[in-house]
Amino acid sequence: MSEPTTSSEKRHVMQLVLDDNMLMLFLAITVPTVFYTLWGIMEVITIPMAK
Amino acid sequence: MATTTMSEFRVDPVSGLKINRTANTLVKVNAFAAIVFLLVGGLFGIGVALTRMPGVQLLKPELFYMFLTAHGIVALMVWIIFFEMAVLYFLGAHLLGNRLATPRLAWTQFWLMIIGAAITAVAILQGNSSVMMTSYVPLQAAPHFYLGLILFAVGALIGCFVFLGTLVVAKEEKTYTGSLPLVVFGGVTATVIAIFTIASGALILIPTFLWSLGLISQIDPMMYRVIWWAFGHSSQQINVVTHISIWYLIASLVFGAKPMSEKVSRGAFLLYILFLQLGSVHHLLADPGLSSAWKIFNTSYMLYLAVLASMIHGLTVPGSIEVAQRKKGLDTGLFTWLRKAPWGNPVFSGMFMSLIGFGFIGGITGVVMSVEQINMIIHNTMYLPGHFHGTVVSGTTMAFMAVTYYLIPVVFQRKIALGAIAKLQPYVFSIGGAIFAISLMGAGTLGVQRRHADISFAGQPLAYEYPEIAKGLMSFGEIGGIVMALGATMFIIVVLASIFTGERIAEDAKPWPKVEDADVVFEKTGKKHVGTGGFEAPGTFVLAMVLFVTLVLYYFINFKYLSSVWSMS
Amino acid sequence: MGTSYTPPTNPDWWREPIERTELLWIVISFAWCLFMFGWMIAWHWIGNQNMNNEAYKTTVEVYTKKVDDQLAKYTVRKDEASGDDVVAPPPGSDVYLLGMQWQWRPILELKKGQTYRLHLSSKDVVHGFSLQPENINFQAYPGYEQVINITPNKSGTFSIACGEYCGGVDAMGHHTMLGRIYVKE
Ligand SMILES: [Cu+2]
Repeated sequence: MSEPTTSSEKRHVMQLVLDDNMLMLFLAITVPTVFYTLWGIMEVITIPMAK
Repeated sequence: MATTTMSEFRVDPVSGLKINRTANTLVKVNAFAAIVFLLVGGLFGIGVALTRMPGVQLLKPELFYMFLTAHGIVALMVWIIFFEMAVLYFLGAHLLGNRLATPRLAWTQFWLMIIGAAITAVAILQGNSSVMMTSYVPLQAAPHFYLGLILFAVGALIGCFVFLGTLVVAKEEKTYTGSLPLVVFGGVTATVIAIFTIASGALILIPTFLWSLGLISQIDPMMYRVIWWAFGHSSQQINVVTHISIWYLIASLVFGAKPMSEKVSRGAFLLYILFLQLGSVHHLLADPGLSSAWKIFNTSYMLYLAVLASMIHGLTVPGSIEVAQRKKGLDTGLFTWLRKAPWGNPVFSGMFMSLIGFGFIGGITGVVMSVEQINMIIHNTMYLPGHFHGTVVSGTTMAFMAVTYYLIPVVFQRKIALGAIAKLQPYVFSIGGAIFAISLMGAGTLGVQRRHADISFAGQPLAYEYPEIAKGLMSFGEIGGIVMALGATMFIIVVLASIFTGERIAEDAKPWPKVEDADVVFEKTGKKHVGTGGFEAPGTFVLAMVLFVTLVLYYFINFKYLSSVWSMS
Repeated sequence: MGTSYTPPTNPDWWREPIERTELLWIVISFAWCLFMFGWMIAWHWIGNQNMNNEAYKTTVEVYTKKVDDQLAKYTVRKDEASGDDVVAPPPGSDVYLLGMQWQWRPILELKKGQTYRLHLSSKDVVHGFSLQPENINFQAYPGYEQVINITPNKSGTFSIACGEYCGGVDAMGHHTMLGRIYVKE
């Protein structure tokens, strides 16, 4: 690379975030797992029994 | 020259890309398999279309349900995911001048998907697995129906990891510097969404497989639908991300355009990563016992942030084209840039039809129908197949076809044969798709239910008769479906003719002329600004506002209609 | 300079300013997104058509018994078209509808402008309650019972089709699954 590696420290934090593929993978799994899947399963589980 | 001395890479005369031969083979086989399955899926689709046409009703119900199951799985999953594998390898290897991380695993991906698709296809054709693509329990298919899907999904998952590994290789071997190209970042977005998607599929299909073998006594039908849709809907989100990445790619390839703003486009992809998959709830809005809080939060992708992302991409892609065209001298009027675009080049016309079709047909209707309350007057009607043909056919499939016209010379090293057919194809396919989608949505608004072998309820004492206009819309829509199938056939003929009989492009052929970078051209003119009133892309802004107004009107029309039906609380 | 398929030419791309076309579009779009979010919530108060979150876990036996009790109590006649039982529960009461392969039973008779607690469930597989020509659609599950407070605002004959594929052969199946609601003035 032509640039010194230290230059990445001056980059905007959002740029570093977006360049991190593993972080993207983590977010793509945890956000829907928490808000959609787990919350959704809780909704189903908590449906009361009919009288 | 002996093969041993043949280098691992070749420099492609068409694109100037440094292409790894092994990666290229994998792009080829996946794309080829995809197109074969498109043909198969299309044939089943024709059977479905001709049965839904009132007065024709080609297939008897049992056969119709089998065809519909096969069409759904082959066209919605197999064709598209095979093509996406080809796209991922192209992005990770070709665009980065890179090799594939683990070609052997990539071959595993390919064969697992082939074997999986074949097993499921056999199960469907044996006739005891007409459970539709969604296979809601407790309807039960043969065990190998689920087994095939699981193998197919595992194959796709391997492909995703090969892609991510390939990016690691590129970084380590420094085949690029700085950030990934935007299009490759789009590929990352599609891949990380795909990994969640496939994991969800495994989470529900593996127990269902065990249940079909009798090893598990029961699967809760509502739990099934909650988790299945994390798979079923998210898999469509992979398509959206992939075809949007292809839009960006084609804008640069054809016009020498650069993204209007890396920040905005990548930020929009990040919104997809965070929120797009929440849309899985769209299929559960009419379900009992799930709270409105959960429904509203998820159906709106948390404050509609994924819709915002789509609206952003919808502007920035044509916007980048407009800016490039203006910089190249077409800086007059509002739409000169668009009028003078290469409408005879199917790479461009296909991409632009995909943009319009996805935005106006798939996009607007998707936003409106996924409102918690509006869903009640749309859920499971013919509106749904109308809507998702707007997204998957007019949007995704059209974009995949467009990029195929680019991939044939680059990857298959053949010139496009039957150019005259190729030139027309995007129009035939898109117009057919638009007629199909809009008509079916009309019929759905009038109540016609989806997945019905006979919408006339013939011979039933309690028969209901749909309004005449609804039946007319079904006929008209299915004619559109046939036109769409014709467009797909044209595509397949062009592809097969090109890759088997097209003129070979020698490896050492003279490099093809490169599309000029719009900025380079612009610098020579010495001008400072393009556009008017401080807007670099005023024409695109006007087009975007047309979309916006259409969306707002359509939104309130649906609420007006909703407010007229029975009160419910 | 640059393309979408090559790395950004500006290594510090996040700090690049956003062009006016994009910025204005983002502002307009985001405002609309917020409006839609608020409107969907607001409709729960200002609108008359909303999902009821009331639902219960049940069993086929328990629910079928409720349907049978209702038949015993409120059956008023046999339907002219199909010969099936027609029940006319009093306004305000609980009304039990059962989806099964391949019919909706019983046939209901309701009064216009009156509110009923409509219960929905399935005996076997997943079905869809689809009221025509109103085009109101709900999912019906075996093992779950959904309650919707409905108020018919029109009189006439309404059909119930099945909105969820539920199997079948040529002669009978998802496409022959029907039910009916009569709404009297
Ligand atoms: Cu049914």
